[in-house]
Amino acid sequence: MNLNSFRYCLRQGAVSLQRNFWLAMVTASMIAVSIAIFGVFLLLSVNVGQVMQNIAGNVEIAVFLEDRADTNSVLSAIRGLSGVAEYTFVSREQGLVNFGQTLGEKDLFSVLAGENNPLPDMFRVRTLDATLVPTMAAALRKVRGVEAVDYGEDLVAQLLNMTRWLNSMFLALSLFLGLGATLLIVTIIRLSVMARQEEIGVMKYLGASNWYIRLPFILEGATMGLLGSLLATLSLGAVYFRLTSNLQNGVLPFLFRPVTEVAALWPMFSLLLLLGFFLGIIGSLLSVRKYLREVRRTA
Amino acid sequence: MIEFVEITKQYPGSKIPALSNVSLQIQRGEFVFLVGSSGAGKSTMLRLLFREYLPSSGSIFFLGRDSAKMKPGELLKYRRRIGMVFQDFRLLKQKTVFENVAFALEVVGRSSQEIRLAVPVALAEVGLLDRAKAFPGELSGGEQQRVGIARAIVRKPTIILADEPTGNVDPENAWQLMELFTQINRTGTTVIIATHASDVVDRLRKRVIALEKGRLVRDEKRGVYGHES
Repeated sequence: MNLNSFRYCLRQGAVSLQRNFWLAMVTASMIAVSIAIFGVFLLLSVNVGQVMQNIAGNVEIAVFLEDRADTNSVLSAIRGLSGVAEYTFVSREQGLVNFGQTLGEKDLFSVLAGENNPLPDMFRVRTLDATLVPTMAAALRKVRGVEAVDYGEDLVAQLLNMTRWLNSMFLALSLFLGLGATLLIVTIIRLSVMARQEEIGVMKYLGASNWYIRLPFILEGATMGLLGSLLATLSLGAVYFRLTSNLQNGVLPFLFRPVTEVAALWPMFSLLLLLGFFLGIIGSLLSVRKYLREVRRTA
Repeated sequence: MIEFVEITKQYPGSKIPALSNVSLQIQRGEFVFLVGSSGAGKSTMLRLLFREYLPSSGSIFFLGRDSAKMKPGELLKYRRRIGMVFQDFRLLKQKTVFENVAFALEVVGRSSQEIRLAVPVALAEVGLLDRAKAFPGELSGGEQQRVGIARAIVRKPTIILADEPTGNVDPENAWQLMELFTQINRTGTTVIIATHASDVVDRLRKRVIALEKGRLVRDEKRGVYGHES
């Protein structure tokens, strides 16, 4: 296709958009709604992911020592493990104080001091990465002098399950929304194709290439898609940053802070923009396909 | 230039073939009338020539090349060497006469400068230069068909295929249109016309290929519409 043809296709795409202006606007708005909903779920997923990471990152391994264990040998064993971020020693006396403070019952526990203290000495170990927790816990269990290791297996398992479930739901919904938006574009472009059916017929007889016939519709669909996704991205971005700036003023604890770094969000917003654009192109290609099918030998 | 070898065409769902075992040759620069009653297979023959359809059996050769074996790019080039003229004109109502003729050049990517030069020449050939700015709705049937012919010849095609070009015009205009086709043929363009206009066929005495129920029944060098008594 040469420059003259491309210019013609651009002009035709623009004329068609102008002719079906309101229909195009309705389509762009519907695409915007679909992409905005998709974006909301994407943002939710990013934020839930961050919260999960925060929680998982805060998982500590509690290493309980035997009554007469050699604290120094356990300590050197912990130091020898790779992936340890930090560790603290909590003596049985300190443990009792902490426990009392947590329950707010200082008096009751004063009787448990000294010889009556039921708590063992312990180490709190934090890993560099949450995924290292299970293997490190297993390694610590084998250290001589260690009686028990606990890191809240249930919580970690639940978090992983929840993330998995959320991701599947998110994927299903995305597919559903994507399909809906594509069907919408197909319908609108098909109306446009039908309005120009006579012209397409003449073009074929005049020896126009399929791409020449197709391109104006693709440009029309891509413009609608891009317009819709631009609208969705801008509104979503504005609402999200407004909302998160309100929430960030110290109301939420660290674990539940939303993602606000532009670096973390821009790939997501670019994806939304591209998605609208490609949905527009795919929808248009599907609409014109039927009209451009070449003849086959029939029996 | 064109060769039909044992062509049979049967449309899906139809029991009788539209064309049955037709073989013929058409040389470059010939003027050919395809005659026969409705449903005899004339339009099918033109559509096969344009390769809008493929034959059910047999082969059509264009300059020695089997049209069924043409690759998409080759097919496009082949079709661009053909000018089509239709009974219902197929002009675009929202475009002016000039724009309708220019369209044939636009779709193959010619520059606006080329279009500005070639369109008036084609319009002058069909005698409609003064109606360039009119819309098809403002023209008579004969004039609309002349725009159709201008659109078909503006790219200087090798072959003109016309399907009942005089079907929607009065006898006087029909004569003028046939005059035009004769002039075009004189420049070396092969002209193939499917028609019912017996008086025109009889007077011009060109090659006549007669079809009946899909079969070739007559092929005469200087023929008439019906059998000569």
